[in-house]
Formats: sequence, structure tokens, C-alpha cells
Amino acid sequence: MSILQQHTTARHTVRRPALRRRFTPVVVVYLALVALLVIGSVLVGVRGEVLLDQAGILNILTRSTALGLVAIGQTMVILTGSLDLSVAYLIGLTSLIAAETMAGQDGMVVPGVLLALAVAAAVGLVNGLVITVLKANAFIATLGVALILRGYLEDNYTGPAGDVPRGFQHLGYDRIGPLPVAALLMLAVAALAWWYLSRTRPGYHIYAVGGDIEVARLSGVPTRRVVVTAHVLCSLAAGLTGIYLASRLGSGAPYVGTDAGYDLESIAAVVLGGTLLAGGRGGVVGTIGGVLILATLDTIFDDLAVDPFFKDVVRGVVLVTAVALYARRMMADRTRGRLA
Amino acid sequence: MTWRPRLAEGTAPVLVVLLLLLVGLALAGPAYDEPSGYLALLKRAAPLMILAIGQYFVIVSGGFDLSVGALVTAGVVIAARLIDGDESATTPVILLVLGFGLLVGLVNGLITTKLLVPSFIVTLGMLLVLDGATFLWTDGAPRGALSAAFRTFGRGALDVPLLGEIPWSVLILLAILVAAALFMRSGTGRALVAAGDNEAAVRMSGGQVDRLRLLGFVLSGLLAAVAAILLGGFAGVSAQVGNGLEFRAITAVVLGGVLLGGGRGSVVAAAAGALSLEALFTLLNLLGVSGALESAVQGLIIIAAVAYASLGGGLRQRLRTRPKQRNTVQPAPS
Repeated sequence: MSILQQHTTARHTVRRPALRRRFTPVVVVYLALVALLVIGSVLVGVRGEVLLDQAGILNILTRSTALGLVAIGQTMVILTGSLDLSVAYLIGLTSLIAAETMAGQDGMVVPGVLLALAVAAAVGLVNGLVITVLKANAFIATLGVALILRGYLEDNYTGPAGDVPRGFQHLGYDRIGPLPVAALLMLAVAALAWWYLSRTRPGYHIYAVGGDIEVARLSGVPTRRVVVTAHVLCSLAAGLTGIYLASRLGSGAPYVGTDAGYDLESIAAVVLGGTLLAGGRGGVVGTIGGVLILATLDTIFDDLAVDPFFKDVVRGVVLVTAVALYARRMMADRTRGRLA
Repeated sequence: MTWRPRLAEGTAPVLVVLLLLLVGLALAGPAYDEPSGYLALLKRAAPLMILAIGQYFVIVSGGFDLSVGALVTAGVVIAARLIDGDESATTPVILLVLGFGLLVGLVNGLITTKLLVPSFIVTLGMLLVLDGATFLWTDGAPRGALSAAFRTFGRGALDVPLLGEIPWSVLILLAILVAAALFMRSGTGRALVAAGDNEAAVRMSGGQVDRLRLLGFVLSGLLAAVAAILLGGFAGVSAQVGNGLEFRAITAVVLGGVLLGGGRGSVVAAAAGALSLEALFTLLNLLGVSGALESAVQGLIIIAAVAYASLGGGLRQRLRTRPKQRNTVQPAPS
């Protein structure tokens, strides 16, 4: 019954496919972002303030940086049809490793960064191998690794530790004009990820594996290697987030990732950006749009002095509504026999 | 006509693990020399076991329910604010909390089945909404107090003839477990598993997949409300009462050999998985392992359990259902 119904509604609502084709989730996300900025500016303007002044832009971009970095990595694993619940604890761990290795000395900045990234890559490798070799469901595998990391953190740390030299804190606070350096670096990472996903063979393999892992395998794609690589890249992105947060905070903090809920939040941002949770479709551009929407929402609510708990309610509603809209579009496309 | 006890596939390993843990407890702690120790363990584990049973219904039909932890918190906080120490309010509020759980499950289920949003996202959104709305309503911190009658279910005991004092929570748990096991043997229960295993086949044979999934979510919401009532009584009012329970319940279900993605596993095994988890924490505690390492052990165990299920026990099953799929499909000669 339902399929027939959708079929007929699809026929009725979709009159101009050419126009519809242009409204991909990515376009929808950025249109929503613009709409949000306009509505937010009006609402904030009513209170006699300006949303997009210097401080506002800075606020939005700073909020986007950490979540953006995690979400870029999360996009890669979700595109393969996997997901990573361990990023939040990994962020805490890498912030501690970076800050403790640096120990306030300028000379130790590079070793600190490299060590943090190496540990992150190792965790990603473990995630990937548990999923591909032990054939554990990605949800359980990364949840298990998250719990192991949590146990390590709880056993060894009670609070912030380590010390980041002043020179390294420039990464977190310096600006070029109105734009924070770190936000630009995040966008550079996003650009790199976009290039990797849409212009290279390994990137295409990620989409192939996410679309149908069995078909990808039969077509000669090294599926295991693709999944493991995606997880390593995701963990490296989480490692970068940890390093960035260490430079912002001036030290490492075990729960800096979990307090912000970066595990579920990053998945929410990716899905909000139009990437399918089941994998195979989507991309980094949409994810950055999703991240910017979440950050803009936060900034608007702060300017309007809205109860912080109300933010969570809105986030939940926005997330479900957005995905429901994408799902409707996909059904409409599918009944017309076209895979957008 | 001969009746023989039959264990659902994947049940045996978790029962063995549970037995080993219980024997370990008997060896490690003097409190476990007599039944009362095990009764206390069961009482402690009851909320998680009930949550695991609820989560099982959703997982076996092919979904996830991440909202149960937030629902437990919401249930306790709502009950505390509405009762506010007033004994006479107990019964209506209990009914209200149960109804609230039912409603949340219904919304989860309807959005998943009608709007075609993956249940992971729906229940994640519900988690955010519940967390935000509950504390928006109470201005950020739990207020009010539970009545003594409300707390009886979580911490009180009933004097059963011959058996002595049995905690209410254990009786409630047993009732739910028996009901769930019977339900899973009924036609609807089997169809629920089938919907998780092969949705298309159930649709073709006239099964109402959407209605079955909806039922799974409603049961999960309802049982989370029951768990909230027990936990509120057992642990009192706090804003953290449900923290992380969703992942713990999913862990328990997986530990019970239930396949994520649906279609395999038994509800008794899921409950046994929850009891094993609780027994494991108790054992670690008795052995003097620091509480901090608890989660690390939990992490190792779930990875091991899933790896065992898919590499060991699952291998025979895979070979049987999909005989050498990889080898029969050869690339066309060029």
C-alpha cells in the first residue's frame, strides 16, 4: 500500500525533475543555513544586537572548528557504512598526550603533535581491524574501544594534565582578519577530505564499499583496506581535534570530548549534512554545512539568552526533521527509478 | 507431542558465561554463600535486565533505541516533580510515567516507520529532546521528592509464603521476563524476529512490518518507564540516573548473542546478558579491581562477545544459509 501511495504522490509532486535535481541535500543544507542566518539576524536584531558582527562570526567559526574536524573524519567512516563512537574519548586522550608531551617546552611541540596523531592512528587501526578481521558490528566495535579508552582515562587521570607552551596556543587563538586560523585549517582539512573523496581512487572506493560492500568486493575493491583506512583517517581527524582543543585550553583534559558529546554530535552533524547513515552517499561539503548550522543555532540561542536545555530540544527536532526530509526525497527518487 | 527444552540459537554461550560468573561470585565473596546474596544481585540487576528486554524487541526487529537512558532520567525526574512527597499522588503518577514511556516509544516508532528515518537518528533526536525538555521543565535540576509508596517498587520486598522476602523489583522482573518469553513464542513474536531477519519476505507473506517495528519501540519505551520506576525507588532522584543506560542495555543485549541488525537471538538470552554484566561488575568489585577499569573490561568483553558470535558460532550458520556465496559468483572470463 505504502509503496503505491508514495509512487503516486511522487508523480504528483515532482513535475520538474531538472529543478528537483538541483536541490540535492547539500544545496538544501546551505539554503537552510542561509535561511537560519537571516532569521537569526532578524531575531537578534529585534533585541538590538547584531548576529553577524565580528564577535558573532568568530563565535560561529570557533564553535565549528572542533566539531567540524571530528565530523570530517566521521563522514569518511559513515560513507563506508560504518560509524565511530570512540572519537569523544579519543579526543580527550590525544589532548592529554599532546599537552603532556609538550610539557610547556616550545621544542616539544612537534613531537607532541606527532605522538598524539600516532596514537590516534593506532586507535583507528584497532577500530578498523576489529570491524574487518573480527567481523564485529561497527557500533559494538567502536563502543567497545570507546569503553576501553574511557577505562584508561578514568584510571589514570582525574582532571586536566600537561601544559601547552604559549607559542602553541597561538593555534587556538590567532586570527587572520576576522577569521580564526584554526577554522581556516579545519576548512583546509575539509578541502583535503573533499579532494580525497571525490577525486581519488581510494575515495571512490569508500563510496563503493558504503553503497554495497558485496558488490564492491566482487568488483575488486579491497574492502577491508578501505574500511580500515577510513577508520584511521577518522581517528586522525579526532586526534587533530584533541590537539586543537589542547591548544585552546592550554592543557589536556580527559573529558573534553565527552562533555561536548562529540561522538553522537558528530554523527548528527554528518547526517544533518545529507550523508546517509547507511553509507554510500553524501560528502564532506554537506557535513561542513551541518556543522555550521549547529554552530549557528548555538550562537543565535546564546545571543537570545535562550535556556541551554531548549537548545537540545531544538537540535533533536532539527536532526530528525532534516533526515525525514532527505528520506522522503530518496523515496521519491527511487520510485521514479532514478538514483540521484 | 514430546516437549523438550529448546535453547534458541546463541543462548548457550551467555548462559555458560553467567554460570561461570555466579560460581566466581560464590568463590570470591562470602555474601554469595546463601540465596539472599544472589537475590540482592538480581534486585540490583532488575532495571538493566528490564531495559535489555525492551531493547531486545527493538534490536531483533532491526533497529536501535538510544533514547532509553534519557527516558529513564525523564521518568524519574517527572515522577519526583509531580509527586513532590505527596503519597496520594503515587498511583496516578506511576500510570502517567508508564503512559509517557508508551508515548515516547510510539513517537519513536512512528517516525521510524512512517517517515523512514533510521531508528539510530530518531532515537538520538529523542535522546536530545528528552534530556533538554525534562530539565527545561524543572529549571535545570531535579526537584521534588518521590513518595515512600513509589519507592517501594525499587527497594521494598514482598513477604512470599515459603520463600520469604522477595524484592518487588525481582517479582516485576520475573513477570516481565515470563511475559516476554511467552510473547516471543507467539505468532507476533516470531513475526517480529522475522521482520528483523528479512523484511521483504515478511512483507510478501502479508506481515505488517511497520506495525511490528512500532510494537517493538512501544514495548521498549514502556519497559524503560518500568525501569525508571524501579531505579527511582532503588537509587533515588538524580539527574544522572539514566546516564549511559542505553549503551549498557545494548551491550547486554549483544552479550546475550543477539545480532545487531535483527533477526537472531532470544529475549531470555538478552536478559541473561544484562545479569551477566551486573554480575561481572559485582565480581570485579569484589576482586578489588578499580571502578575506573570497569568500563575497559566491559569494552573488551563486548568486542570479544561479538567477535565470538560472528567468527565462531556464527560461522556455521553463515555457511548454512549462504553456501559459499563468495566462491560461486565468478567474474566473467574476459
